[in-house]
Amino acid sequence: MVVISPDTAAAWDRALLARRTTVLLALVLLTVAACSLTTGAAGTSPWTVLADLLAGREVTVADRVVLFEIRLPRLAMGALVGASLAVSGAVMQGLFRNPLADPGLVGVSAGAGLGAISAIVLGGFLPAGLAAALGYYAVPVAAFLGGWASTLVLYGIATRRGRTSVATMLLGGIALGALAGALSGILVYMADDAQLRDLTFWGLGSLAGATWTKLAAAAPLMCLALLYAPTLARGLNGLALGEAAAFHIGIPVQRLKTVAILTVAGATGAAVAVSGGIGFIGIVVPHLLRLATGPDHRYLLVNAALLGAALLILADVIARIVIAPAELPIGIVTAVLGGPVFLWILLRQRGVLDL
Amino acid sequence: MLEATDITVRLGRREILHGVDFRARPGELTAIVGPNGSGKTTLLRALTGDLSQDGRVRLNGQDLSSLRPWVLAGLRGVLPQATPLAFPFTVAEVVRLGLMGGIEAAEADLVPKALARVGLAGFEGSYFQELSGGEQQRVQLARVLAQVWRPTANGCPHWLFLDEPVSSLDIGHQLQVMRVARDYADQGGGVVTVMHDLNLTAMFADRVTLLAEGRVLAQGTPADVFRDEALSRAYRCPIRVNTPPEGGTYLLPHAAGQVAAE
Repeated sequence: MVVISPDTAAAWDRALLARRTTVLLALVLLTVAACSLTTGAAGTSPWTVLADLLAGREVTVADRVVLFEIRLPRLAMGALVGASLAVSGAVMQGLFRNPLADPGLVGVSAGAGLGAISAIVLGGFLPAGLAAALGYYAVPVAAFLGGWASTLVLYGIATRRGRTSVATMLLGGIALGALAGALSGILVYMADDAQLRDLTFWGLGSLAGATWTKLAAAAPLMCLALLYAPTLARGLNGLALGEAAAFHIGIPVQRLKTVAILTVAGATGAAVAVSGGIGFIGIVVPHLLRLATGPDHRYLLVNAALLGAALLILADVIARIVIAPAELPIGIVTAVLGGPVFLWILLRQRGVLDL
Repeated sequence: MLEATDITVRLGRREILHGVDFRARPGELTAIVGPNGSGKTTLLRALTGDLSQDGRVRLNGQDLSSLRPWVLAGLRGVLPQATPLAFPFTVAEVVRLGLMGGIEAAEADLVPKALARVGLAGFEGSYFQELSGGEQQRVQLARVLAQVWRPTANGCPHWLFLDEPVSSLDIGHQLQVMRVARDYADQGGGVVTVMHDLNLTAMFADRVTLLAEGRVLAQGTPADVFRDEALSRAYRCPIRVNTPPEGGTYLLPHAAGQVAAE
């Protein structure tokens, strides 16, 4: 009888490593968040303001506004959007059984964008009651619906008899993205001046416009998707064996797919609605984590949320520093950081993908 | 007991199975044989609940369509012909996927036990995708075994459904895998397996169902089913069943010319 010592068991058990990574990433997120609060064009120090507030001393209106109306909502937005993008990437890759599936890459973000633009341009045509009921939520909800529709269509295109084809997924995604882009173009063409102004602000692809109101409109969808995602973990693990084998080990595959698609659409839709298109987070974050701690979704999804949030906040800090006091659109920063990593993933996977 | 009555399966516009009746008893190894395209895998998929079909399948007295996926997973494991894996899981992680139902989760050392059962002790930390085809097939078998580790529980038999479990294995591992299946049946579990190799079937099976063109051509013990005439008709090639005096059965195809000459 061979007795397996804890040490040999740990050699193939990456769970412990993954759990330690969770703790580490939480610390990183806190550090980055602190950096974000202290960085900005105004020389406000959040610690002085906090100390003053706690001690009951007078705080200037300017400092108060900078900290609570500009930096804090921006930090919260960065964390939520980064986590949402990374988690929707990880869920989508699990669903499509493919490390290259990413909402931005395969047209889901474009579909969500089309939804958001439709809400801005065509919102006037909604029945007055419905428009009033939706209020600020109109844009995120429409983006969610657009993302949902495009994910459904894409899954239908790419999956045949429970197998997903990489080539069909990528090409189908290109077609979907182009179509959504064209329709968005038509809508922009139809828009009047006031709507164009709204569209321009929306399309900046930045966290600069973060306000508590904007955040309140999109946060519920993102939080819902983020909280729901970990419950998909076991199912996505099983789905790695293919749909048939997933069913054999007891996973209700149809329900899993429906919920996973809704989660992706919710997270991507809400993120796109408030921040425009921010690329590469959804593909780079899950990939790095799979390399470090393995593909088990029970840890991957949680860690992706933490790393995604930390990375996007960091990108935002960089965007604010490099050409201070002006700032770069954050999409440029994530593309500069993410593009090369994506190419590296592609080169590593070239043999496996069989394109 | 596994009972399937009047199974008719259509895929697209083609009817693959035409009113097939099939039975398998726990404690026995039941083989499904037949030429390519005769509907063996389709019948197996109907029995495992993968397909929607006309007709009725009852497993341990319960209608298959009434069982939730996770309940079904506690009763039966399924080994498909090939299982592609999407992400770089280790061997141990793949085997552990079979434990997701939580039914056997109490047995902590089940993963190494299941791997040892298929001759892959010590492979826990290897990456599944880096193994050879035959090793991957045996890891998948270990996963299926882990899922329904005990052949019976509280008098209720568990089932193994295997789709050509030895097709990518060398002769030594073919025997090893067939022995695993045989042992499972001998300990009270039910085994239903699609087989291409008629000699291994003759060696290990208790009962055989011979399919041809979506219909049952013969059903019974290997001695009943494996007759020159029925096999030759099913496979459209002359086959001779030999039973040497020292025991056992082996089957050989022989050239058509020889038939004519005899």
